[in-house]
Amino acid sequence: MSDVVYVSFLSEYSPAWADSLAPCVAQVLGHPLMKTEITVDLEPYYAPERNQYHATLILAGLLRHLPEDGSKIVGITQLDLFVPVLTFVFGQAQLNGHGAVVSTFRLKNEYYGLPADEEMTLARTVKEVVHELGHAFGLVHCRDYRCVMKASTYVEDVDLKQASFCGACRELLDTTINEETLHRSK
Amino acid sequence: MRKRKILIVDDELSVRQSLGEWFREDGFEVETAPDGTSALMKMETGPYDIAVIDLKMPGMDGITLQKRIREIDKSSAIVILTAYASVETAVEALKLGAYDYVTKPVDPDDLSNLVRNILRQQELSEENVRLKEKVSELSLSAPIIGNSLKMRRVLELINTVAETDSTVVILGESGTGKELIARAIHGKSKRRFFPIVAVNCGSIPETLLESELFGHEKGAFTGAQYRRKGKIELADGGSLFLDEIGDVSPKMQIDLLRVLETRRFTRLGGNQEISSDFRLICATNKNLDKLVEDGVFREDLFYRINVFSVPLPPLRERSDDIPLLARHFVEKYARAMGKLTKEISPEAAALLVSYRWPGNVRELQNAIERAMVIGREPQIVPADLPLRLEANNSDPNERTLSALEKDHIEGVLREHDGNVTQAARVLGIDRGTLYNKMRKYGIGREA
Repeated sequence: MSDVVYVSFLSEYSPAWADSLAPCVAQVLGHPLMKTEITVDLEPYYAPERNQYHATLILAGLLRHLPEDGSKIVGITQLDLFVPVLTFVFGQAQLNGHGAVVSTFRLKNEYYGLPADEEMTLARTVKEVVHELGHAFGLVHCRDYRCVMKASTYVEDVDLKQASFCGACRELLDTTINEETLHRSK
Repeated sequence: MRKRKILIVDDELSVRQSLGEWFREDGFEVETAPDGTSALMKMETGPYDIAVIDLKMPGMDGITLQKRIREIDKSSAIVILTAYASVETAVEALKLGAYDYVTKPVDPDDLSNLVRNILRQQELSEENVRLKEKVSELSLSAPIIGNSLKMRRVLELINTVAETDSTVVILGESGTGKELIARAIHGKSKRRFFPIVAVNCGSIPETLLESELFGHEKGAFTGAQYRRKGKIELADGGSLFLDEIGDVSPKMQIDLLRVLETRRFTRLGGNQEISSDFRLICATNKNLDKLVEDGVFREDLFYRINVFSVPLPPLRERSDDIPLLARHFVEKYARAMGKLTKEISPEAAALLVSYRWPGNVRELQNAIERAMVIGREPQIVPADLPLRLEANNSDPNERTLSALEKDHIEGVLREHDGNVTQAARVLGIDRGTLYNKMRKYGIGREA
């Protein structure tokens, strides 16, 4: 397994929008991201009583498609995600693991009855993808409201934080990435 | 900052997993249990900051579990989780001391706010305990008075050692102010914003000392109704002051050695190892070298605690400081008694300086307190001082130290009509030591 981080779109997005996401995430993360085309059937993860999709099960399904040379994979979907005990989640990750999934469902202005704004959705999605990948690299929530690792429960929280790590989270992330690289080279 | 611990109890695996992951991402150390019985077993590895409990579970329900947890640990914040909201059960849970009550599925923002509020309240409570201890420490701490060469040397030693994190042993006779020096070292150290926790090892029976130092779990022994933190745990981040370390039993010496080597221990009746980051300051009026030579004190423990020693001179070896100290105590008691401060007459001052003060600064302090209580003159005069001060000034150079000590003890006992407790207080020694000395010199209570 190498240190490639893959991003996969599990729903249909405009090619321009999808193409611009990976470079933005890579820039914030400080680690390259590669797009991979995979097909995951999400219908088995639908919960009709909630009209939502089970994030944990999608994540498990996604991990089965992690390419051999990949260290992590993040899936992006337009579906509304939940975990059993919570009403919804923007995304979910394996803490210190190999995968993450992010939903753009509640990151879009349209969900809140506002006019569509693709740039805004992109900015929010970059933050949430970086946030979930941060968890996959072992980072936990940060108390600094500007740090991308600050927990967000409303879309306003996502807008408030920046697409960057605070000093402490950056240092921890760099250390983890270096250690993982060193471990694999051995 | 230590990692917060949370216990999640729910019979549904998916709830345990998703809630567990959510809290792990929030930086918590998470334990989960599928039912009440397993949860109670997990409590042994506590304490937990928060316990999230499902209301309806097979076997023990959430309300019963909440009661049982409360019996073990009063400090965990309990959050009741249920799929079926009912006002009655919510009220019952809250009456029993639950922090809050949430229905599944929970809005992430509600859960986030709830946790934030719990942690804020717990942080404030912990800060409150720390501040109370700090205030009590500050009110207990007194300035170190002394300008003699020997005391200047002690102050230099305090400044040198305070900056380090080394173990210190303070050596000195009873009443020389060993605890004052320990508090000064702590007060100048980087640990000063955390508590200094003092334990007098000589005044507590071995069995109680063990529980005092290591704490205990609920049911560890008869009367242990609740889990209780020991002094070692309470000293986390700060300093642990063990007074009269020379009086510690051989078994306790082994236990202490283990803690000092690993900074880890278990509470009595518990099996969970707890770590505590404390700086050790010890004190004794015994000759530790001699105790090691006699096989009474473990050599390995001696080397472990004797990293840096601060010898305190007895008052008779720094008589230059007596007028300064006497002046300080006069002002202290004048303030405490709401009286005008007094001068010390030249005759009284001469008596104070020439007396040998076997009870050291504590004895001088008691003598001045007595003079401030009984004195009717605008000055402190010889008549206000204890009789033994004058008696003791007769040719002390021609008598042995033992003879002087015997006379002095007899004098103090006479002054207090044979009351050993009062005499011990004046002499600045404990009752046990006074009884030993009375036996040694053949002195009866009627002396």
